[in-house]
Amino acid sequence: MNEPATLGEALSRRGISRRAFLKYSAYLASVMALPASASQAIAQGLAKARRQSVIWLSFQECTGCTESITRSSSPTLEDLIFDLISLDYHHTLMSVSGDAAEHAREAAMKENKGKYIVVVDGSVPLKDDGIYSTIAGITNLQMLKDTVKDAAAVVAVGSCAAFGGIPHARPNPTGAASITDIVKDKPVINIPGCPPIPEAMTGTLAYILSFGKLPELDHLARPKAFFGETIHDRCYRRPFYDKGLFAESFDDEGARKGYCLYKVGCKGPIAYNACATLKWNHGTSFPIQSGHGCLGCSEPHFWDQGGFYKPLAAHAGVSAPLIGAAAVAGAAAGGAAAWIARRHQQRYLAETEAIDRSVGKDKG
Amino acid sequence: MQKRVVVDPITRIEGHLRIEAKTSEQGAIEAAYSSGTMVRGIEIILKGRDPRDAWAFAQRICGVCTLVHGIASVRSVEDALKYKIPKNAQLIRNLMIAAQYVHDHVMHFYHLHALDWVDVVSALKADPKATSELAQSISSWPMSSPGYFADVQKKVKTFVEQGQLGIFANGYWGHPEYKLPPEANLMAVAHYLEALAWQRDVVKIHAIFGGKNPHPNFLVGGAPAPISTSPTGAAGGSAATATNIVTLLEVGSIIAKMKAFVEQVYIPDTLAIASFYKDWFKRGEGVGNFMTYGDFPEKGMDDPSSWLIPSGVILGRDLKRIEPVDLNDPAHVQEFVSHSWYDYTGGKDKGLHPYAGETAFAYDGPKPPFDQLDVDKGYTWLKAPRWKGNVVEVGPLARVLMLYAKGHKPTQDIANYALKKLDLPIEAMFSTLGRTAARTLETKIIADQMQAWLDNLIANIKGGDVTVHNPERWDPSTWPKEAKGVGFMEAPRGALAHWIVIKNGKIDNYQAVVPSTWNAGPRDPKGQPGPYEAALMDRHTLAKADQPLEIQRTIHSFDPCIACAVHVTDPHGEELVRIKVR
Repeated sequence: MNEPATLGEALSRRGISRRAFLKYSAYLASVMALPASASQAIAQGLAKARRQSVIWLSFQECTGCTESITRSSSPTLEDLIFDLISLDYHHTLMSVSGDAAEHAREAAMKENKGKYIVVVDGSVPLKDDGIYSTIAGITNLQMLKDTVKDAAAVVAVGSCAAFGGIPHARPNPTGAASITDIVKDKPVINIPGCPPIPEAMTGTLAYILSFGKLPELDHLARPKAFFGETIHDRCYRRPFYDKGLFAESFDDEGARKGYCLYKVGCKGPIAYNACATLKWNHGTSFPIQSGHGCLGCSEPHFWDQGGFYKPLAAHAGVSAPLIGAAAVAGAAAGGAAAWIARRHQQRYLAETEAIDRSVGKDKG
Repeated sequence: MQKRVVVDPITRIEGHLRIEAKTSEQGAIEAAYSSGTMVRGIEIILKGRDPRDAWAFAQRICGVCTLVHGIASVRSVEDALKYKIPKNAQLIRNLMIAAQYVHDHVMHFYHLHALDWVDVVSALKADPKATSELAQSISSWPMSSPGYFADVQKKVKTFVEQGQLGIFANGYWGHPEYKLPPEANLMAVAHYLEALAWQRDVVKIHAIFGGKNPHPNFLVGGAPAPISTSPTGAAGGSAATATNIVTLLEVGSIIAKMKAFVEQVYIPDTLAIASFYKDWFKRGEGVGNFMTYGDFPEKGMDDPSSWLIPSGVILGRDLKRIEPVDLNDPAHVQEFVSHSWYDYTGGKDKGLHPYAGETAFAYDGPKPPFDQLDVDKGYTWLKAPRWKGNVVEVGPLARVLMLYAKGHKPTQDIANYALKKLDLPIEAMFSTLGRTAARTLETKIIADQMQAWLDNLIANIKGGDVTVHNPERWDPSTWPKEAKGVGFMEAPRGALAHWIVIKNGKIDNYQAVVPSTWNAGPRDPKGQPGPYEAALMDRHTLAKADQPLEIQRTIHSFDPCIACAVHVTDPHGEELVRIKVR
């Protein structure tokens, strides 16, 4: 077998032109809101690399995150697995089962010691010694610890891995924990969402490969490029909110005119995610554009925030007059809404910590 | 304890599945055990919540068949509240469910099942020109030139020569059970890659009506997607909402693309590959009982005569007699836990109807890390559902047999065409490859209906009916104090139902009995094995015990979805959830 080629060589062997490659790098830079000069750096970084070994672990999950990454329009999953990464372990996609699968994981860990990236989807059950989820006869906790030991970094994809997600929703029957609850000695990036936007996953991976470092993260370890702003701040229906024009119920005249969905429960004001800008499925739509309020699925413990159809005002402390004020004050209300959103998030997190503490008590 | 062949993890499926098989010295499977090894407790989590929110929780049971639990959930609430949905919402749901079928089945065939039959490494030996001739002899699909297959081959060759095999590492390449010539392997690898790109277009139908895929949005009482009545003055776009005349035309062009791929790639590939593996039409069925609940109403779920797929049970492979199914009759559907990690208050040998269902975690398996399960006790997080005490198989094979038995002409035509091409009798359908072929055939049957649903939707809109949601029962103050209902559907993997009990506006009990529980469940108190187990015990011999390709083939023919299959309900409150760890 030949000496493994660098990616640049591999691509030119495959007949991918430098121009096409630079174009892709420029696209990636724009998606991640990087300065124009970054596209050159991305191109150089990607061209240098031997395909990066990635071990993908699936725990308490629904495979929605894997399905989502197959929808990525740029880079595509095919681009990723043929050109950018070596996906050395992935339950849904790998060809072999059983022992041969486990041997592939162990071999990748040995050959790429200290250099491989671990991607995790799903939460990890800690209650009752972890019996609620096993693979190959070992607990998820043990598989996570064994695999992460020699990793360069860990990427928690989806809200279950990032924050505990639906298994962690009250009353958290299996003691489900997030990856950051467990992994303390390695860099961890969270790419939440239920599922995450595919380009947030592939774009973050490509960034790490290009620059050899983690992208800038927010206080919840989310890449700021994708989670830096609320959906509300970038929503195409924002002008209606500012004018006080709301859908009062589903499918009413306002709903058909595309008015703001705040009153039918939209969580856009407290959801930090890129749905309103990147949109879903190659820019086709996003939940609000298709008439349903945002569920806030990129935020910790969005399952336990009091109901998807209750307006934020009803449970998150926004008083009704503020909405009236927004109608009158126009643009100024935009800033107020952002401030309110941040305040909500703080409350949200305080609540979250309280939940974590209560769950922590019955761990073990 | 005799040592068994253990396959864990079973890969290329949804979820966490373990198979243990007792084999003879010659490698013949004498007993097989199917174990779901992960549980989350979503039905416990649902208790006490707003029934209108339930779809979002239930939908997260699975991200592969991503909409089915959302649909079953909203239907269960609508059944409980006697809540009628508008015609347009029914059509939108039909279009979304059908898109899910076509997407799911094609991805299953190429990305989850194909590598059981296709040797990727052998494709390197193919002659691209001969591959082109092969492809053109079975289909008019345009991506079939010698140059195209040479490019695909070069891509795979470069990949293999780099020495990092990634998802193809440790494959059973060269296993004697791989029978395709190199050219057929290369053609299939090309279509593996094409299908990955194609599926990204298919799911746009979900994005238009549901805002995103995976996990599109639903709404009790109709569809959340209002039909745009104006351009959005606010943001300068061409339409106020995602459902508008431009996107409805796009839905039409996506349907055309779906049909073209199914007719010109998926069906010819299935028949071509199957023709090299005819011995797999003689093994791997096992149970001989089949059940459907019915779906795709022309009018409404309360009018069974308008359903495309009828409901019923076939027993003992007898296509002449169809038994009726009643989801509300406590004697019909029951779940057993004698070999599951749960307990019942009335004893482990009782069967319970979902409305009266109860579950308490009661793990009595080995302490991890373990090598082998104790199959005399509990050995899975799946329950064992039974219909009037019978083990039944659900899914594409059950549906195709039901449609065939009931005289559905398009089904009879395409099934007879496929069987004639392969020179096989109808009995060949009772097998591993019969199941796989049934999945392919029903994809066309369903895809063929889609344009008519879209035409009806557009005609309604042109006639002035833009209603997609019925507000009548939205407000909980209009609900009775107590109500219960069942929402059912035909999911791509088979018959699915959710049972809900509502008290004082909140969920009092929620129970999902799903296709992969019917198929992947364990033995019952009478010792009857579940369909996976029975199928593996039907004439399987492992050529190489350390390369259990034969197990993968039959298990994958069911298209397992194990996160779906494991579920938990506790109708009496969380204090009843008891844990016993040895």
